Amino acid sequence: MAAADAGGGFDCIVIGGGHNGLVCATLLARGGRSVALFEANDLLGGAAATREFAAGFRVSACAHLLHSMPAALQRELRLQSYGFATAATGMASTALVADGAALAIGAADLAAADAAAYARYDARMRRLAAALAPMLSRAPPRLGTRRWSELAPLLELGWRVRRLGARDMRELLRIAGMNVYDLLEENFESAALKGALALDAVLGANLGPRSPGSVLTLLHRLAGECAAGAAGLTQPLGGMGGLCDALARAARAAGVTIRTSSPVARIEVEADRASGVVLEGGERIAAGAVISSADPKTTFLHLLGARHLDAGFVRRVTHFRSRGLAAKLHLALDRAPQFTGLIPGREAGRLLIAPSLQYIERAYNHAKYGEYSQAPVMEITVPTINDPGLAPAGGHVLSAIVQYAPYSLKGGWELQRGGFADLAIDTIARYAPGLRRSIVASELLSPPDLEREFRISGGHWHHGDMALDQFWMVRPVPGAAQYRTPLDGLFLCGAGCHPGGGVVGAAGRNAARQVLQQAA
Amino acid sequence: MPITEAAAPHYQQPLLRTPFHARARALCEVDSYIPWAGYSTVDVFTSVEHEYFAIRNAATLYDLTPMVKYRIAGADAPDYLNRLVTRDIGKLGRDRVAYCVWCNDAGHIIDDGTVFRLGDTEFRLCTAMRQIDWLMASAVGFDVTIEEVTDRIAALALQGPTSCAVLKAAGFEGIERLKPFEIGRFAVGGAPITVSRTGFTGDLGYELWMEPAAAETIWDALMSSGRSRGIRAIGSQALNVARIEAGFISPNVDFVSAEHSLRVGRDRSPFELGLAWLLDFDKGHFTGRRALLAERRRGHRRRLVGLDVAGSKAAHNALVYCTRSGKREIGSVSSAVWSPTCKRNIALAMVDAPYFAMGSTVWVEIYLNRELVWERRMMQARVVERAFFAPVRRRSTPPADY
Amino acid sequence: MARPEEHDAIVVGAGHNGLVAACYLARTGLKVLVLERNAYIGGAAVSRRLYRDFTYSNCSYVCSLLRPEIIRALELPRFGLQIIPYEGGCTLMGNGDHLAIYENHDALRREIARHSKRDAEAYERYSRDVMRQCKFIKPLLMRTPPDPASFRPRDIRELLFLARRFHGLGEERMYDTLRFWTMSAADFLDEYFESEIVKAHFAGSSIIGTALGPRSPGSAYVLLHHYMGDIDDTVGAWGFARGGMGAVSNALGASLQASGGSIRSSAAVARILVRGGRAGGVVLADGEQIAAPLVISNLDVRRTFLETMSAEDLPDEFLRQVRNFKIRGSSGKLNIALDGLPRFPAIPAGAPCSRGDMHVTDTLEMMERAYDDWKEGRWSRAPYIDMLIPSQLDPTMAPDGKHYMSVFVQYCPYALADGAWTDAKRRQFGDTVIETIARHSPNFKDLILHAEIRTPWDIENEVGLTEGNIFQGELTMDQLLFNRPIPGYAQYRTPVRGVYLCGSSTHPGGGVMGAPGANAARTVLEDLGRAH
Repeated sequence: MAAADAGGGFDCIVIGGGHNGLVCATLLARGGRSVALFEANDLLGGAAATREFAAGFRVSACAHLLHSMPAALQRELRLQSYGFATAATGMASTALVADGAALAIGAADLAAADAAAYARYDARMRRLAAALAPMLSRAPPRLGTRRWSELAPLLELGWRVRRLGARDMRELLRIAGMNVYDLLEENFESAALKGALALDAVLGANLGPRSPGSVLTLLHRLAGECAAGAAGLTQPLGGMGGLCDALARAARAAGVTIRTSSPVARIEVEADRASGVVLEGGERIAAGAVISSADPKTTFLHLLGARHLDAGFVRRVTHFRSRGLAAKLHLALDRAPQFTGLIPGREAGRLLIAPSLQYIERAYNHAKYGEYSQAPVMEITVPTINDPGLAPAGGHVLSAIVQYAPYSLKGGWELQRGGFADLAIDTIARYAPGLRRSIVASELLSPPDLEREFRISGGHWHHGDMALDQFWMVRPVPGAAQYRTPLDGLFLCGAGCHPGGGVVGAAGRNAARQVLQQAA
Repeated sequence: MPITEAAAPHYQQPLLRTPFHARARALCEVDSYIPWAGYSTVDVFTSVEHEYFAIRNAATLYDLTPMVKYRIAGADAPDYLNRLVTRDIGKLGRDRVAYCVWCNDAGHIIDDGTVFRLGDTEFRLCTAMRQIDWLMASAVGFDVTIEEVTDRIAALALQGPTSCAVLKAAGFEGIERLKPFEIGRFAVGGAPITVSRTGFTGDLGYELWMEPAAAETIWDALMSSGRSRGIRAIGSQALNVARIEAGFISPNVDFVSAEHSLRVGRDRSPFELGLAWLLDFDKGHFTGRRALLAERRRGHRRRLVGLDVAGSKAAHNALVYCTRSGKREIGSVSSAVWSPTCKRNIALAMVDAPYFAMGSTVWVEIYLNRELVWERRMMQARVVERAFFAPVRRRSTPPADY
Repeated sequence: MARPEEHDAIVVGAGHNGLVAACYLARTGLKVLVLERNAYIGGAAVSRRLYRDFTYSNCSYVCSLLRPEIIRALELPRFGLQIIPYEGGCTLMGNGDHLAIYENHDALRREIARHSKRDAEAYERYSRDVMRQCKFIKPLLMRTPPDPASFRPRDIRELLFLARRFHGLGEERMYDTLRFWTMSAADFLDEYFESEIVKAHFAGSSIIGTALGPRSPGSAYVLLHHYMGDIDDTVGAWGFARGGMGAVSNALGASLQASGGSIRSSAAVARILVRGGRAGGVVLADGEQIAAPLVISNLDVRRTFLETMSAEDLPDEFLRQVRNFKIRGSSGKLNIALDGLPRFPAIPAGAPCSRGDMHVTDTLEMMERAYDDWKEGRWSRAPYIDMLIPSQLDPTMAPDGKHYMSVFVQYCPYALADGAWTDAKRRQFGDTVIETIARHSPNFKDLILHAEIRTPWDIENEVGLTEGNIFQGELTMDQLLFNRPIPGYAQYRTPVRGVYLCGSSTHPGGGVMGAPGANAARTVLEDLGRAH
């Protein structure tokens, strides 16, 4: 643990107190660096915060479930000792089906033909994902490099894929660029099952089930789940903010100086290096390295400025696709919602409105043209069932990720937010009659709202589309895919980098390692 | 006012005509035209030899209108240009011109051209090739407007030892005080006209920038005041001889733009083109700077040099070898000409290390067609500085009265 | 029953790839017999007289991809093949304007500049990047892909070749290539152009023949696939085969016969015989058996293994993968005999851009919506149209003063959501297309003498292409290179010794390219231990 140096400067400055920023800052401090972290909002956590959206009702602002945070990282950070607790683990997923019994996802719950197929499919997908999983905790390789260390991840991946054996290897190479629609059609009969399984491939992505590349996003999620270990779908106690509180305590304990309500206005450059930051108030803080958890466009174009970068690199950054398509619906309820056809207890898990592949694809169609979906796709949780403390006694919170809600909506969000919220509520109410009567308050966060609230350019949860051409060693752009940037002393550590979005923390940890290696 | 397009639509007559077209056509005895940046221009008026000697002996008019021109203005225009080109635009005074190159991220040259500082925040960039795609890509994050104004500005190059006298006689008062790379503003026959002491001949000379409507008037005025001073219109071929003598490089001849190259390894850096003097690493960031710093540390593997070739036959497209046996290829000639003024057989060639060192001896392979029979000649050549011809008069102010 | 030693090899199907494979084999002295189900050869590369003296290239309609090394090796010009390049191209817009493509660089720049000055110059960067990709991929076309899961020296060598070639691009271009192969055409074009019509024009080749929309990742590759050809070294150029696309097949047929090969038409192969785990010959639909130790199938992978071979001769896992191979019909075709040259008021009189491919679309969104219709099992209400009037350049296609028009339509499904194709539906589909064209040509409808309307269903039934897919299988990432057609079987060999694939189902895929046929022949000869 090192304290700030006498001159008021730090070894490292981390921009943004989202989960990746906190993880990165903590590990840097533990690596012996003096670290300061600046967060623009008064709350830490960024998009992984818990917000009070109505008096007494609190909810995770964006992602509401943990599924990909590596178990190793949680242990490394000793999160439990800093107060991290779960309200539920191993949560089940249930597909809501119109006028019928909801379909629980899991080999045990399915019709015979699909059950056997599911077991086979699930096992194979998890085998393939397991081969990819270690890559999540490595910096992506650099092509054309002469350094073996930068090529090592590529060779490691090649070796791991080879080790799968010819059959699985060939299957991986085949499906990696495929669409999830075809993959599921190859394997299953039940429309509801296919819809539910496809949802994980397209959640938060600018893809429909028929879009090639959607299998990779699914494998990527499964790889994350594989790295996350046995806990499965997890709801943190106190919402996602509960996790970030623990991360913040870990950071402080490691000696990180944390300042909230301190938006960074720009990154300073001196002698060809990032030399510190200037806050919006005008205060300058010097540092040997600046690590930004802000999205790539914000970092490069706004905080640093194009003039410190080559024009070709800037062109790549402007081409980084980062327009969000996911909105968040929060409902404050005076009683627990009643979903029809649900096996008792399942309401505590994850409820999916994605009744078929066609349904999702049609919902996506609208997004392509800047319209919102008339029949949206949703991932719903009722966090208060597992964690009653999030609402006043007897009250409940419903939290739903609603797709597809394009950032650039024709006609603008200001005029249409209400209509979309109504549509989303009506869509849920089709599976939960009486929902409307129980609503005390509601909130819809559209991508532009997320952009404003959390300073994410484009309001994209993942800071940028998870797509084949924005993956791994080309994420966010060539030249900045190994957390280093063209400017010495400036690093990225946010979801715009490998392995991308979701409350994972791997980008923060991988970036911290890069910083520590560079300085060492 | 835009230049009047030819009457026929573009799919029938793809090339535009400059405002000097009618005048040039009247003088073009051999009907030899070439396309240049979308315009039809004269390649040869009467004879390359006589046109060339007018450059070195008297005065010449060359229609420069197709030169692509951009107006770059706005609060960030100086910063923008500084990030674009490798020289320090901050040091460029008002009404001054600077020869520049600009590079891609890898430090490979995209194009060369001249930057005119017309005001604190107003510039003109003149280039041989169209560049708006790269210029706009470079504009992200700068408060700057970029506009192509090629068809709004007619341009003439007046070059040669009597050029100052021709201008003086045409009423350009005080032209003799204009220093190299300086811009002067004049009014001739009521038309405003900007003159820069710049050129592509390596000789005393000026470039004149005017509204298209004034083009023919100015042409006539110069032709008339130049009559007794040996003025003549010249085409691109004569100019090309002069520019090789001056050691100037030409895009798509001596280098290929890094924005256009298809093959790996064809791009060239300023170091390789012998333009290291254009690099200012202390002015702050510019595109390609990091790559060029690395190249400076690493050293470069080839360089564009001048060759003084034995014999009198121009070494067009010749391969360069390190020995007479022609076993090891070490480069190739990109421009070659017999220099009528220097009486030397000169060439520009890209030559590998270490043979590009001044004074090295190399061999070039020349093919000669002698009455339909091809003969191969291995000629010795010496590596020399590129400026084969650099008369004092091009720099002296006021210029001597020829 | 034929004598057992009469034929060294049987090629099933006289499509262009089958003929190419047969030619290469025959040239080494093998006795090759090509069996064709139809009364005419050529498969989908045919010239047919279906109405008076008009010649229809009634399936494939243009030529560019046919590999020059094949044209040369098989001496096709000697056997009558001549390819005449387009003089231009254009896209007709709903507002009465158009975007033309001219061969002259300056004319083209000024034409694009009418729509966007910036795009006129961005076009240079676009062509550069597409050309760079072409340069990378072209040498791979005539090679057999490696099996990355194998440790055989050939596969490792080939993998290393790929890796070295890729590495040779240098860091920046390696990333560009990675991105290019995985991007959508829309995203790719967005990185260059601002004008909708410019993007829509170039996106056309990203959807032709494919069940992808311009926004589907991977469609940028399909765009490239249409650029890989060249005519007389002009990369990306397209042209007409003089006498229609049948001229390609007829030249191949003549070349084959000159090398001693033989062709039997109206001889449908019902079964490929397997004896003792290896190829034994074929049985025709009429029961005739023809023995041969080598059977090379030009049929697509589904038709070969599911319809002409017995399941017991093939491994279960292999069959499962064959069933999973995506062959989707997405294109329709109209062949129209015209009483005169239709007027297109949008195109200036005398402009050469009508003597090439004329498209009808306005925006990427329109094309994507056309794709959305296909996904729902209906033909596009506002289809993307690629039409040509070859008779303007090729006097052999129609009587004097009359014209033949080829109209390629994207998208048209193989199976309709509301039941099977009927004559009435086919007519409605044709009317949709004709009305779309008529909006751009006031006298078009009055000139129509005859129109042949072909849905994917018709194409399947006549040509034998499963679902009427013109590429014998989607050109998506899961079905390219070492994945095409089946991972582990991308080297033209099949689970049965002596049975080979040579159709567009194999690497490098569809289009009248001939590379699959040539590569398959090379593999066969390698297995025979013969030099080629």
